[in-house]
Amino acid sequence: MTKNRGLIAGIPEKKRREPISNTSLLLRITICTFIGMYVLAMLVWGRGFLNPQQFLDLFNNNAFLIVIACGLTIVMMAGGIDISGGGITALVTMVCIVYLDDHGGSVPGSLCLALGIGIAFGLVQGILISYLDIQPFIVTLAGMFFAKGMITIVSAVPRTAAQETFLALKQFRFEIPGIGYYGKTGNFIPAKIELGVIVAIAIVLAIAVILKWTRFGRNLYAVGGNKQSALMLGINVKRTKFYSYLLAGLLSGIGGYVYLLHTGAGDAANATAAEIQAIASAIIGGTLLTGGVGSVIGTLFGVLILKTITSIVVTSGLREPYWQSITTGLMLCFFILLQSVVLALREKGGFKLQLPEWMKLKSKKSGTDITPGKDLT
Amino acid sequence: MANGLKKLARSQLVVPLLALFLLIVFNLIRDVGFFSITLTTNNDGNTVLSGNIISILNGASELVILAIGMTLVTASSRGQDISVGAAAAIAGSIFVSVLRANQITIPIILVAFLASCIVAILFGVFNGTLVAAFKIQPMIATLILFSAGRSIAYWINGGATPTVSSPLLVNIGSFIPGIPIPTPIIIIIVCGVLIWLVLRFTNLGLYTQAVGINERSARLNGINAAWIKLLSFMILGICVAIAGCIKVCRIGLINHETLLLDVEMDAILAVAIGGNSLGGGKFSLIGSVIGAYIIQALTVTLYAMKVPSTAVKAYKAIVIIAIVILSSPIVKEYALQLRDQLIKKPTKITEN
Repeated sequence: MTKNRGLIAGIPEKKRREPISNTSLLLRITICTFIGMYVLAMLVWGRGFLNPQQFLDLFNNNAFLIVIACGLTIVMMAGGIDISGGGITALVTMVCIVYLDDHGGSVPGSLCLALGIGIAFGLVQGILISYLDIQPFIVTLAGMFFAKGMITIVSAVPRTAAQETFLALKQFRFEIPGIGYYGKTGNFIPAKIELGVIVAIAIVLAIAVILKWTRFGRNLYAVGGNKQSALMLGINVKRTKFYSYLLAGLLSGIGGYVYLLHTGAGDAANATAAEIQAIASAIIGGTLLTGGVGSVIGTLFGVLILKTITSIVVTSGLREPYWQSITTGLMLCFFILLQSVVLALREKGGFKLQLPEWMKLKSKKSGTDITPGKDLT
Repeated sequence: MANGLKKLARSQLVVPLLALFLLIVFNLIRDVGFFSITLTTNNDGNTVLSGNIISILNGASELVILAIGMTLVTASSRGQDISVGAAAAIAGSIFVSVLRANQITIPIILVAFLASCIVAILFGVFNGTLVAAFKIQPMIATLILFSAGRSIAYWINGGATPTVSSPLLVNIGSFIPGIPIPTPIIIIIVCGVLIWLVLRFTNLGLYTQAVGINERSARLNGINAAWIKLLSFMILGICVAIAGCIKVCRIGLINHETLLLDVEMDAILAVAIGGNSLGGGKFSLIGSVIGAYIIQALTVTLYAMKVPSTAVKAYKAIVIIAIVILSSPIVKEYALQLRDQLIKKPTKITEN
């Protein structure tokens, strides 16, 4: 329960300002890091980073990752893990293309197919994990294996979409008025975003609302924070966990369709290691694998940080492929250690370095109230 | 008798053993000659054993050794190390680079192996420190090395896939002249006996379980919990080095991209199929070893059934899910209840 100390702690009447919770503290760290990193990149390397299109391309290229990472964040917040996202994404792209091209399918039909595959995976995994009490890692690992194996059973060779309605949808771009850049000939080219980005942003906002203002969202935090006390509060822990996996499966299905809208190709190599990137983004965004702490807005910025690092590495001349993964590893290391240190400091009532006045007060007050609850975990 | 049966039914080994038994029966029905072992002469002129059983036992060697290390890590730290494949690539690269710098003799091979062991242990210490000192979830802590490890191996190799060839290495990777059993199997038996002796004559096993079950009470009982966790990661490091070196000897080159790819997933699966809880605590090394052989036997069976190699994963997933459902505590309890009802019913009727 120490995680929620900030929310529960008694606050003196004079100072109405609420102590910051772990979730929003980690979220602020992430957002500040991203802004700092991007501004630094603009100042040092200029050129490409000053171009608004390059910023929007961060979204264009990674919309599917944002969607998958949102699903993963929900699962991780409830204290679980889901590593089947990348596999489901690749399966959805392949199935939809085979359906569109070989079976004369329509675009709405393929969309339903994508959602159906996602829901089917989420349903089976959710039942196995929450009602049969099987370890989530193993179930979703099997899910990933199954999805990746099925791709080659559906079609042994990589495919490209040829259906006209779908291609029209894929080519569709939103122009953002007022933002753009000047091409080499001096004419103004407006910045564009793809359809998938709008879907991704809508999903991020919708889930942020769900987490903040619905009963299901609050239950998720409670279950992840402390399963036992959530149960004692009368929360249906099993059903909450089940819904979290169901939602993650559904979002993986949507992620697959967004991926298809971006590339228009079905391939077993699609979205390779997407699940690991999604986990990394969620961690950078301030979600703890132990559960109870996290936000999808943070995850969105996690994806952006992860991808900005890659483009900074490429821009700064380290073109060897291994630099990207090494810097990703270092970045992860930095964030993981930062979170660990920040949380450890707060747990001991510390964190006096930055906000001495009211933090000290809070730790004294809550020190006696909350510590016995620690034994429950 | 009934009590003994009940104990057996509740034992964590029953489902993995049953699964292995079913796999064997399935193979026997499909092809009676599947398990025949023959003595043949290989290309080097040695008389060697060959057959599907031998190839299963031989092929599972790396997985078995990694599963043993993974079991200890899982038991002590309540999480899994997902960086073993990447760490094995690094250990293999060190092994190859030492070998290539020198004339290959038996002492040099030993030195190279020791060097790769030390590097792998150092990476184990890195992971272990993050887990034990900074209290980070093992899967998250090892994610760092997972994403950077193969790139480090690439960097050690200078971007190439260097080869090493020597009759001595072939001996380690396949057969020693005059001994018909594949060398990896012998190495695994030696390692298994060593680890069994360590667990039998030291408190390591007991302490590991104590830390996994309740870290706080273990610490109050005077066990240095952080050190036990670190030690389990270091032992896994040694296992990783052995697995990496066996694999390099087997194929005679190091490819940082494909060496032991996805082996971490299989190793964790082996631990889980063996009936061990991935949440730490009590563990059974025998279970994990059986789990590793089940995975390999399944793969060999699927290949023998002419399933395309890319589609193997889908069938594997179905079997894995079936095994974990059977070994889930809830299903087990339900099965026991059902059995009790079936047995008790006749007596009740006579009483009435």
